[in-house]
Parts: sequence; structure tokens; C-alpha cells
Amino acid sequence: MSSSSPPVGAASAAISASEKVDGFTRKSVRKAQRQKRSQGSSQFRSQGSQAELHPLPQLKDATSNEQQELFCQKLQQCCILFDFMDSVSDLKSKEIKRATLNELVEYVSTNRGVIVESAYSDIVKMISANIFRTLPPSDNPDFDPEEDEPTLEASWPHIQLVYEFFLRFLESPDFQPSIAKRYIDQKFVQQLLELFDSEDPRERDFLKTVLHRIYGKFLGLRAFIRKQINNIFLRFIYETEHFNGVAELLEILGSIINGFALPLKAEHKQFLMKVLIPMHTAKGLALFHAQLAYCVVQFLEKDTTLTEPVIRGLLKFWPKTCSQKEVMFLGEIEEILDVIEPTQFKKIEEPLFKQISKCVSSSHFQVAERALYFWNNEYILSLIEENIDKILPIMFGSLYKISKEHWNPTIVALVYNVLKTLMEMNGKLFDDLTSSYKAERQREKKKELEREELWKKLEELKLKKALEKQNSAYNMHSILSNTSDE
Amino acid sequence: MAGAAGPGTGPGAAGGDGDDSLYPIAVLIDELRNEDVQLRLNSIKKLSTIALALGVERTRTELLPFLTDTIYDEDEVLLALAEQLGNFTGLVGGPDFAHCLLPPLESLATVEETVVRDKAVESLRQISQEHTPVALEAHFVPLVKRLASGDWFTSRTSACGLFSVCYPRASNAVKAEIRQHFRSLCSDDTPMVRRAAASKLGEFAKVLELDSVKSEIVPLFTNLASDEQDSVRLLAVEACVSIAQLLSQEDLEALVMPTLRQAAEDKSWRVRYMVADKFSELQKAVGPKITLNDLIPAFQNLLKDCEAEVRAAAAHKVKELCENLPAEGRETIIMNQILPFIKELVSDTNQHVKSALASVIMGLSTILGKENTIEHLLPLFLAQLKDECPEVRLNIISNLDCVNEVIGIRQLSQSLLPAIVELAEDAKWRVRLAIIEYMPLLAGQLGMEFFDEKLNSLCMAWLVDHVYAIREAATNNLMKLVQKFGTEWAQNTIVPKVLVMANDPNYLHRMTTLFCINVLSEACGQEITTKQMLPIVLKMAGDQVANVRFNVAKSLQKIGPILDTDALQEEVKPVLQKLGQDEDMDVKYFAQEAISAVAQRLRKLDCSAKASEEPSARGADKNHFLRPRGPGEDTGKGPAHQLHGNTRDTLAQLEIAELVHFSQSGD
Repeated sequence: MSSSSPPVGAASAAISASEKVDGFTRKSVRKAQRQKRSQGSSQFRSQGSQAELHPLPQLKDATSNEQQELFCQKLQQCCILFDFMDSVSDLKSKEIKRATLNELVEYVSTNRGVIVESAYSDIVKMISANIFRTLPPSDNPDFDPEEDEPTLEASWPHIQLVYEFFLRFLESPDFQPSIAKRYIDQKFVQQLLELFDSEDPRERDFLKTVLHRIYGKFLGLRAFIRKQINNIFLRFIYETEHFNGVAELLEILGSIINGFALPLKAEHKQFLMKVLIPMHTAKGLALFHAQLAYCVVQFLEKDTTLTEPVIRGLLKFWPKTCSQKEVMFLGEIEEILDVIEPTQFKKIEEPLFKQISKCVSSSHFQVAERALYFWNNEYILSLIEENIDKILPIMFGSLYKISKEHWNPTIVALVYNVLKTLMEMNGKLFDDLTSSYKAERQREKKKELEREELWKKLEELKLKKALEKQNSAYNMHSILSNTSDE
Repeated sequence: MAGAAGPGTGPGAAGGDGDDSLYPIAVLIDELRNEDVQLRLNSIKKLSTIALALGVERTRTELLPFLTDTIYDEDEVLLALAEQLGNFTGLVGGPDFAHCLLPPLESLATVEETVVRDKAVESLRQISQEHTPVALEAHFVPLVKRLASGDWFTSRTSACGLFSVCYPRASNAVKAEIRQHFRSLCSDDTPMVRRAAASKLGEFAKVLELDSVKSEIVPLFTNLASDEQDSVRLLAVEACVSIAQLLSQEDLEALVMPTLRQAAEDKSWRVRYMVADKFSELQKAVGPKITLNDLIPAFQNLLKDCEAEVRAAAAHKVKELCENLPAEGRETIIMNQILPFIKELVSDTNQHVKSALASVIMGLSTILGKENTIEHLLPLFLAQLKDECPEVRLNIISNLDCVNEVIGIRQLSQSLLPAIVELAEDAKWRVRLAIIEYMPLLAGQLGMEFFDEKLNSLCMAWLVDHVYAIREAATNNLMKLVQKFGTEWAQNTIVPKVLVMANDPNYLHRMTTLFCINVLSEACGQEITTKQMLPIVLKMAGDQVANVRFNVAKSLQKIGPILDTDALQEEVKPVLQKLGQDEDMDVKYFAQEAISAVAQRLRKLDCSAKASEEPSARGADKNHFLRPRGPGEDTGKGPAHQLHGNTRDTLAQLEIAELVHFSQSGD
């Protein structure tokens, strides 16, 4: 490398111009590289040399007395972990473990009466040994789940089978939560929840089903699970802004909320207002917005009186600079309006339509368009019509302005339609607003001037006071030093 | 301005209170309630002005209750409010009334948004210092207790940051209560609170009596360090630094070290990373004896950790660790216990680890001395100079100065050159950009001769790079080189080459000439600018491409302050006037700008010429164009006296100008 480097003059020949202009390597190239990446667990270290696995006889060949003993032996054998980052080591043992895991899956799903009380301990131990691990640091510190391919779990060939086994175990008709709760306890669930941060979507998908089953079968763990999810979300919102499994956890929550008894407990309402609503501020909202909106709407379907605080919450966190998120918010608002009760609608129509009026005049046409689509929704139209006296004055100014000024012809066309609809709802009011439009603008301008005036006066006062202070200090000084100064 | 505000004439001056009729609270509160968030935010940011208008009395009785009641706003507004209130003591009537500020800040300390809460806590801490001990116990401590036993985790989290400010000034009974509250937060149910407590543990330990540290803080520390959540455990490592500083060696060994050893081998890489990251602080806190017995072995493990993150963090600390070892026996320890591990890291599989090491490894040479450096470190440097990852090579090159002091750079120059050349032609423009930035440093260390021979051509090649950022950096690089090597060097090596580019068929390259002139003219001074650069710039005013023409206008404006009146009047002005009539809008615009700048300058020169009988007496002798001028200096002042240039070099310059001219016509 050192001696063969070309002289400077040949530089441009050595590296083509297009390569030099680069800036960004093409995305497809990056993706191709990334797809191959995988990670081992961080836990896997300094285990020393492995004991080599020796194949045990098949379960189906064993007599029914021996079967139980053999089943436990196999479970213990599967507790041994292998390094999958090293693709050439322990090939034989890895294959034995894989075959054994397959056999175990088959064994618990096709046979009845094999999950006996004495096996629970070994089963949970085997599962814990395999899946509970410290997740490794992300390969790509600025991993963008929307753009980049996730890093896949290297030991998936084994872990997948362990999850498969876990699910069959939980779903088996022989499974008894009363025995299992000795092993599947709070600590177990806590570790399970931490795994939701895994970058591997396949793993998160299994975790989702597993947690859902556990929530369904272990009544004693429900409150704990909800609280821990709560904590994970709060940390995600206010501390790290990073957690891979938010969408999966929300999906589980969606069905949990569905089952809440009425009237809703204060704890659940608090979760809605203090966790789910602030969650809308997250940077990666796009990744879990569908699930989040579903949860919110579920809550509102349960208890309509929550509508006002929810909408006010959304308005408080309304995106200021991110148009993509604004479109999502508008989508969620429409979902909420779809289920809103007319009495609730009256409570929030004013602040809500002030926001919508800002959205329709957004210079980002997707935002404006999304907001204007509200007028295609029959139910929303009927709500607007019922409250046209309130809504038209709020909307009129911006609609009128856009119809004259917006750069995008599609938006202008949509606005004309909306104006027409509104006019049909109350022609008289519409005419009044049209004729008072100019006066209104002028009044606003005047108010603006008054404000400026007020602040100017306040500033002067501040200056004056500062000067007074200075002068009094100065005068004091003059008196002391006995020199007269006019 | 003088006498504009006569003192003592204002009506409200005596009382110091605002005028009620002028500023009714309703108007002001309307501003704070405005529908537009931005206006609301502006009003909050000027809250002190409002308070001033209201006077201290009404601020206390009307404004603060309003603020306390209406805390449901956008977080941005709340943040501004939390910040304002920290500096409000004077506006409510001084320290005696500081407690009036507590209610709104208390509410702010319970909101969800971390940023707001943190700011409220910061303001509360600030205000706590203004309380008298009596007021502290009467108002502040109860607030802390309320927060510490709040329902929602946010208030408890905020409380964690307030214990240490009120503890030292509280009575013994209250102190015991405060400790009790802190203890319970350390074992709070919510991990967020435990994290907040863990992060304030060290700070709190510092204000406690030594006995309490041993009997209460250490058990808390041990608990937090074995928390089920790694995010809590890793914060305990930070606290460890503060606690260790407070304890004697024996206590340290017995009470803290078992926990620290455990942290260094924690199953979570985040905790191990934290140990690596805080290593220097830990080393200083535990002292040399424990460092040798415990920390060095721990460090060796971190250097070969299974996670690259941890190895990289440890590699970053190599130099500091070595520097902080006791001088006696240092060399042996480094050679036997550190260096073998470093050698491994040079060929690590992870580029972040290698580049972390490369950023500090050069620093070892000053510690180890010349012989060890040549024998042991030099091979490592050379290996890293050939590393496949450009960042590693860059880090080595950027730290050359350390080695230069010990063994001189010549030892490296054979390997250095290929590395530099390769980086200079790297396919990634960011890499090229980085190496350009080290050129002035390299030039200084390698010397003019070596530079001319090997690197000069690189610097010129960058001027025609495909990426603008590189051309721009190359231009600035030239200026720095001229500052280093002087004008004569510039005149012989740089200027002619730059000027030749004025005839390049590519207009981007022609513009580069102008950009170079913009920065070089200052460094080169009036002489070269007037005689060599100006003619080229003026000639380019006739360029076909409008971009070039308006850059001519910009350049003329830029170099105007360096030129004398004659040049400005006779040469610059007519050209600018012509450009002012250009058909292109932008050219016209920039020409107009330049014309007014030049006119201003001419007026100035005129004045100073009239003011002084002998205009050139001081300036011309000073020969100060040789002095490189810093970017902040006012260039309008210096050359004002230089009405007549030094004629000595005129001939030589003309020759060069002609050479340039020939090569132009030959093109």
C-alpha cells in the first residue's frame, strides 16, 4: 500500500470522478451490506471451552418410565449455549442442540400429559438460559428503523426453537399457571420485557405472543406487567428516546385496554394521559403510531368523557416542525372524530378547529390536504353542520386566505369545495364573514400594533429603572466624595 | 444620548413600584395568555420586564399566584418560565421574599417533561441559596419533603436533586429527616426515581458527615450498584467516584472496592462501559495503591472486553491512565502491564476501537521517552499509519506533535508520506476534508523544504477537487500555509499557480482563483495584492459566466481595504461601474454592494490623508503586510496610511505578472 500509491497527478485516474463526488453511498449498496449483519449476545463471553454435546436417544424410542427422565436430560442439554458469531466452531454440537430442540417442540405439542409438575423447573430454566441475555450494543448507533435493516440475532437457529417451545408450553392444555407461577414470576417477566428492545423483529414478534399468553394466564402478574410497560414507555419518552419494541408492546396493550372493566380505574386513565399522550412527542412516532392511535381510540370507546382531555393533550403536543408527524396527528384526530359523541365534540370544537384551521393553511401540501380531507367524512361533516355557527368563523379566515394564496393548485381546488360546502351550511353567516373579512384583518393589525406599543413602553420603563438605579448609586457616590455634579 | 434621561424626574421613582394606571395587570396577563404560543413564549421570556412594571408588591400578590394557577401550557413556555423564576428574587423584594417563588417552581418540578423539570430544579437550587436558614426550614425543606413523597414519579425524581442544597444548612433533626427521605427514594419502586437518586448519590454524599456516609450512603451505594436494572447500576459507578474521595484507604478497600470490582465485571456491557468511561476519575479517587492492585487488572480486562464499545472506551483512557500513574515505577508498569494489551488492540477487529486507540497512543511517547518510543511504540504507529480505516490514520496524523517532541518527525516521514497521499485521495470527501485540516500543522512540523517537495502539489490538487467543501477548505488551507511560511514563499510557490487557474476552461476553477485571492490577499499584503492579484481579478470581470463576474465584484469588495487609493480610484472603480451595468441581476447587485463599500473606503482614506501631513510616514516603513492578519482584525485601519507602495519589488512582480500573462495566452 505504501510504496505503490500513485503520484498525485494520477489521482483522478485512480479514483473515478463519480466516486469522488460521492457524499452518500447509494442506499441499495448500504442495505446490501447491512443485511448480512448479525449479532451475538453480549452475554456470551469467556465461557471457556464448551463441553461437546453427545446425542441422547430419541424420546419416542424411550419407554414411558424413562421418557420423563430423558425429557429433563434433554432440557438440561439445551441449556448449553454456543457462539454463533463463530460460524465454524462446535458445528456438531450446534446441530445436536438444534435437533433436540426440534424434538422437544414436537414432544410437548403432540403428547398429552408430558408437562408434569417436576418438569416446570427444568423447562423454565432452559428457556431462561437461552433467551435471557444482555442485548449487545447496536451496531449502528444512529440506527433508523425506517431506513436501515435491523441487525439480526446470530443465534436465531436455536433461539427461534426455544421461543417455539416456550409458546407450545404456554399453550398446552396441560399447562397449569398455578404451578408455573412459581417459576414465571416478576423477575422472569421483567427480563422478558427487557428483551423487547431486541433489534431482531422476528424475536420481538415471538415475544409479543409470549407476553400476551402470560398476561392472559397469570392474573397475578397483570398489574406488574402493566406497571413495567409503563416504566419502559416513560423511559423511552423522557430518557432514552430509544426502544425497539414499542410497537409490539402497544399492540399487546391494545388488546389489554379492550378488556378493561368499566368504570375505568384511575390507574388506567393516568396511563392514558401521562404515558400514551406524551408518547406522541417521540421522534420515531411513525414506527408505532398506528398501534398508539388504536390504543387511544380504544380508551375513548370505553369512556367518552376522556375525549376532551385526550384532544387537548394532542393539541398541546401538536408537531411544530415535522410535517410527517402532523399528518399522523391529523389521521388520529379523524379516527377520534369518527367515534366522538356530539356532546363531547362541542367541548373541544373551538381549540380543535383553531388547530385544523392552521393545518389547512400549512404550506406543506400533504398537511393541508390531510386536514381538508376531513370534509369528505360524512360524520365529521354532520358534526360541523350542527355547529356551523362556531366553526365557520374559526375556519373562514384561513380558508379565504388560502383560496387566494396557496401555491398548490390541488389545495386551492379542495379549499373551494370546502368553502362551497360551508356556504351551503349557513349562507347568511358566510356572507357576513366575507364582508367583514377586511375589517377583521385590520383589527388584528391594530391589535398587533398595540402589543408592540405596550412592550415598547415596558422596555422604556425597564431602561428608566435601570438608569435610576445607576444614578442613585452615582449620586450616593457624589455625596460621599463631596463633589457636586449636575 | 447624553442627558436624555434626567435623573429623578419620573413620577414613580420614589416608590419603585409600577404605575397602576399605565400597566394594569389584566393587560399583562393577557399577554401571558395569548393564543399564539410564540407570543406567549415571548412574553414569558420578558417576564422580568412585566414584574418590573408591576413592582415587587404586586408581583408577589398578583403575578406569582397567576403563574402558579395556570401551569398547563406548552412545555416550551414552561421551560422559559422555570428559567426566569430562578433569577426572580430581586423582583419579588429580595431574599426575604424568595420563598414566594417556591409555589410555581414546585408545580413546574412535577411536570412530565424532563427538560422543564430539570430547569425548575436548577432554579430551585439557585433560590435555595438565597433563603435564610430559618426560611429554608420553614419553606424550602417542606417543599422538598412534599416532592419526595409525591404520588407521581416526576415529583420524586425532582426531589432527588434538592437534598444536597438544603442539607448543609439544616438543623440536626431536619438533617435526619432529609436522609430518611433520600434513603427511601433510593429504593423507590419506579426505576426512574432510583436512577435520579443514583445520579445524585455522589453529590449528596459530599455534603454528609463522614459517619453518615459510612453508615448510610455506602449501603445505598451497594444496593444501587446491584439493582436489577443496568441503567441504575451504571449510575452507581459515577457515584463511586465521589464516595471514594471521601473515604480513607482502609474504608475504601472494605466498603467500596468489592462493589467496584463487581461493576467492572458486570454482566451488562453498559455498566462495564461506564467503568471504562470513568476510569481516570476512579483512578484519581482511589489513589495509587488500589490502582495498582485492583484497577490495572480491571483495565486489562476492559481492554479485551467482548464488546467493542467497552474496548473503545477503555482505549480512550490509555493515555490518561498512564499519565496518572505514580512516576516511580510508571515505565515498568506501562511496559509490562499495559503495552502488551495495547499491541493487541492495534489489530482489533473493530475500527472504533482502533481509532480510539490511535487518538491517544501518540501521547504515550512523552511518558515513555525516546528509546522506548522508538523500540516499542514506533512499530505500532507505523502499523496504524497503514491501517485500512482512514479514521485510524487520521488520528495518528493529527497527533503527530506529541511524537515530534520526543523523537522528531523524520523517523516517521517515510511512512507518513504515503499515508497522507492516500488520505488526500480517499474516495470519501469527508476524509479528504479532515486531512486538509491537518496540513498547516504538518507543514509546520515537516518544514518548508519537505513540504514543497512532497505535499505542495497535493495542496494545489485539492483546489480543483470535485467537491466544493474540499475546494473551500483547500483555499483556507493556502491562507494558513502563507501565514506559516511567509509572503515570499507565497509569491514564489502559491500565487503563480493560483493565478494560472484564472484561465481554466472550467468556470468553477476560475472561481476558485477568486476565492483564493479573497483569503490570500490579506495574508500576502498590499504589495502582492495590487501588483499580482488585482490585474487578474479585473481581467476576470469580462468572464462569460455570470457567477464568475459577480464573484469578481465580491472579491473586489473583499480586497478593497488592502488596496490604496490610486488602485481603487483608477482601476477598481471603473470595473465595478461597468459590472454595475451588467445584464445579470446578481452581478449588478453585488457590483452595487462593492461600489458603496469602495466609496466608503475612499472617503475614509481621503479623510485620513487630509488629517495627516505626512500620510505615509509611519505606515510605509512598517512593512506590516508581512504580518499575517487574524480574521477578527479590522482591516480597514492598517493600510490606510499606505498610500504609496514599496517600489523595490515592482520589477520582479511585473516579470511574474508577465509570465502569468504569457501562460494565459499560450493556453
